[in-house]
Amino acid sequence: MAGGFATDTRGNGLTGIVPVLFAAALFAWFASMVPTIAATEVIRLTIPWIPSLGIELAFLVDGLSLTFSLLISGIGTLVLLYSNTYLAGHPQYARFALFLTAFMVSMLGLVLADDLILLFVFWELTTLTSYMLIGFSHETEKSRRNALQALFVTGAGGLAFLAGLILLAAASGTTSISGIIAQGSALKEHAMYLPILILLLAGTFTKSAQVPFHFWLPNAMAAPTPVSAFLHSATMVKAGVYVMARMHPAMSGTDVWLWTLTIFGAVTAVFASLLALRQTDLKQALAYTTLMALGTLTLFLGQESGYAMTAFATFLIVHSLYKASLFLVVGCIDLSTGTRETDQLGGLGRIMPITAIAAALAALSMAGFPPFLGFIGKELKYAGAIAVASEPLFVAGAALLSNALMLAVAGVVAFRPFWQGAVPSGQSPREAPWQMWAGPIILASLGAVFGIYPDLLQVALINPTVISLTGEVGEAKELKLWAGINIPLFLSIATFVLGLLFYWRHVQLRAMLERGFQSIPNLDKGWDSFLDGLKGFAKWQTQLVQNGKLSSFLFGTFLTIAAGILLTLLYTGMPMIAVDLSDVEWKHTSIALLTIAGALLALVTNSRIAGIAALGVVGIGIALIFIVFSAPDVAITQLLVETLIVVLVAVVMLRLPSMPKAEFRLNHAVLSIAVGVAVSLTLIAVVSSPLDLRLTEYFEVTSWPEAYGRNIVNVILVDFRALDTFGEIAVVVIAALSAYALLRTTRKGDQK
Amino acid sequence: MNSVILRVGTRYLAGLLLVFSFYMMLRGHNEPGGGFIGGLTGATGFVLYAIACGTQDARAALRVMPQTIAIWGLGIALAAGLFAALFGDALFTGQWLFIGATEDDKGLPLSSVLVFDIGVYLVVFGSILTLVFAMEEEI
Repeated sequence: MAGGFATDTRGNGLTGIVPVLFAAALFAWFASMVPTIAATEVIRLTIPWIPSLGIELAFLVDGLSLTFSLLISGIGTLVLLYSNTYLAGHPQYARFALFLTAFMVSMLGLVLADDLILLFVFWELTTLTSYMLIGFSHETEKSRRNALQALFVTGAGGLAFLAGLILLAAASGTTSISGIIAQGSALKEHAMYLPILILLLAGTFTKSAQVPFHFWLPNAMAAPTPVSAFLHSATMVKAGVYVMARMHPAMSGTDVWLWTLTIFGAVTAVFASLLALRQTDLKQALAYTTLMALGTLTLFLGQESGYAMTAFATFLIVHSLYKASLFLVVGCIDLSTGTRETDQLGGLGRIMPITAIAAALAALSMAGFPPFLGFIGKELKYAGAIAVASEPLFVAGAALLSNALMLAVAGVVAFRPFWQGAVPSGQSPREAPWQMWAGPIILASLGAVFGIYPDLLQVALINPTVISLTGEVGEAKELKLWAGINIPLFLSIATFVLGLLFYWRHVQLRAMLERGFQSIPNLDKGWDSFLDGLKGFAKWQTQLVQNGKLSSFLFGTFLTIAAGILLTLLYTGMPMIAVDLSDVEWKHTSIALLTIAGALLALVTNSRIAGIAALGVVGIGIALIFIVFSAPDVAITQLLVETLIVVLVAVVMLRLPSMPKAEFRLNHAVLSIAVGVAVSLTLIAVVSSPLDLRLTEYFEVTSWPEAYGRNIVNVILVDFRALDTFGEIAVVVIAALSAYALLRTTRKGDQK
Repeated sequence: MNSVILRVGTRYLAGLLLVFSFYMMLRGHNEPGGGFIGGLTGATGFVLYAIACGTQDARAALRVMPQTIAIWGLGIALAAGLFAALFGDALFTGQWLFIGATEDDKGLPLSSVLVFDIGVYLVVFGSILTLVFAMEEEI
């Protein structure tokens, strides 16, 4: 990669341009909704989807979803433009653009959905598309492994999330999110509130990488840099935060909510900032600062005050702007110099001036210097922290420490590579082409523009978002650069001092952290051993059950069946057996005797052919029973199948070694009798309760007038229950093809 | 198996079984029978042929790979089910056409249900022959 940019900066033709235009059109569309939303109205779109379950394709644009939509489509446009150059001439660019666009649309669906089921569908779609994107460089094993890890962690969370959503829908009697929120605090008093909360948070915490589920996010940086900028800073990881924010009006305010979110958020924020400073890889450092931001957002969602909510909305926007911008800058540096290691970078400011300016603007916003939006965000954070009634010191302390560390990381990522040292020998960096610096510059400048004119943002997005979060009008606090001399200002000054100190000493600090973190268990390694353990267990139990010996395998299967049925019967009480033998005729008796004789012969014979024939006798006996009780269709099928089985098995048997000179197989006999007794008892129990004949009557009455057939069995098969039959014949085909494939491969393996 | 009697007998029996299997399938809507039983009967004819004359001859007589028959059967059954969508009915709703129907007589009934049953016939027929031929050849 070293040696600068690919000479071909024209991109990838139409495949490159069309997604950019598509995303830009989406952005323009959402931007046109801003005036409506700023006037504190909402836009709804509802299409019936599964009316029988009351599930609709319901979409809602309010402050919260519009803020997210604008971030997703806006950053999406810039990232797609960037990727077109970053991956210029990549043979699989079309695939990349497809995944990225699909992800963008799923993410938009997620934030716009106003129905729990719809929300879940889009939630899973983002998981799947991000799996494709993280594993985009699928030739490298690390990339595949990390993609799978992200999929497993967020997928497992997704299952809990689904369970939570179902409980939520059951508890509130509707799947409409607006409907649930309109019920006010009913949910908080519901008996199922705690299970719902735990399950939902399991989903959102894994998705938004809260400690201890954080380990997948830094690994997900195996994805190409534009993907990291888009998914792992601005959008996907915020999906969890989004859902918590969406449910905030309905679920916040309880002690469990407050403490869970506050503690997880604070721990994640501080822990991640420390880890971020420890990294020497620029992209990894940014990955951990993203964790810090997610922790902070979670922390604020724990609260209810207007300050905390305003701080949430502001920080959400600030972070997306500067973080996406910095990720894209790191991509430029990487492509230009071939490395992302801090100690191998320096003096890039003169060579890449525009990138350097973008980096500086973004970093100043991240560090929280005035007049950037980051400063306002930080002031609000402190104001929000102090407004926490219960534990202001804990929250403010966590915010102070993480902010100071953030400042230090901003210096390491965006100041040091550009303005310190000289370009190491062997590198010949060049300025990035415009497609690649456009994104960072635009995003970073927005941080400055909104910082100087906070009113723009206040009316358009912050106020409506706070309304979505609190459910009330007028809770939002004012965004101001100069809020007078107050506690937040002092805390800001403390942050600057502490942060500059951290930056000045960051090399020593890093060494200290390195030592410190060695004593903490490594969750990423733990993940690997967990997977290894799981695979080991699967192998062990497979070998135990499927030991390659058919007779013992079948023995185990039937033993399980017999034990299962008999134990259930014992538990629920044996059926009353009142056998009335008065109407048994001689033909019944003789069929029974024939069948029993066949079974006994199968048990004692030493010849395989005799055994198969004996089993055939049993089958024919059963077919005779069907005939006697006038079920000709079943009888014919049974007879034909019996015939074919005898033929098929005979073909196989003739090639097998003869059976061992066996004595009477006592264990087989006992097992057969046990299975027979179990099935018979079940049947007697079924027959002894009054038979519900409604279905039979229905088919008898309707078969001729509605389906024009007199053979009820066949009419059911091909008309009333045709879909079932279709499923069954599909299984038949699959079974035949699988068996065919198995037989073919064995022969190839055996050929010498 | 090398038996002249079986081979000669099979020539007639296999043909008879095939015709009979078709008859079983057609009459299935009102009398015992149907696609499943028909398919089994038809397969028996070819299994007999394979035992008497070898699978190579049986395959040659069949002309088409049995897997192909099974897949086509599945496709035909699916098409018969989807056919209902053309008339705005739920999938797999039977569609009927009575040719020459009068007040008292239903005439000659044609239906998507019969097409579906033919699909079932072909699936069962093809699947069983796939298995039997493979077993005969590979083991």
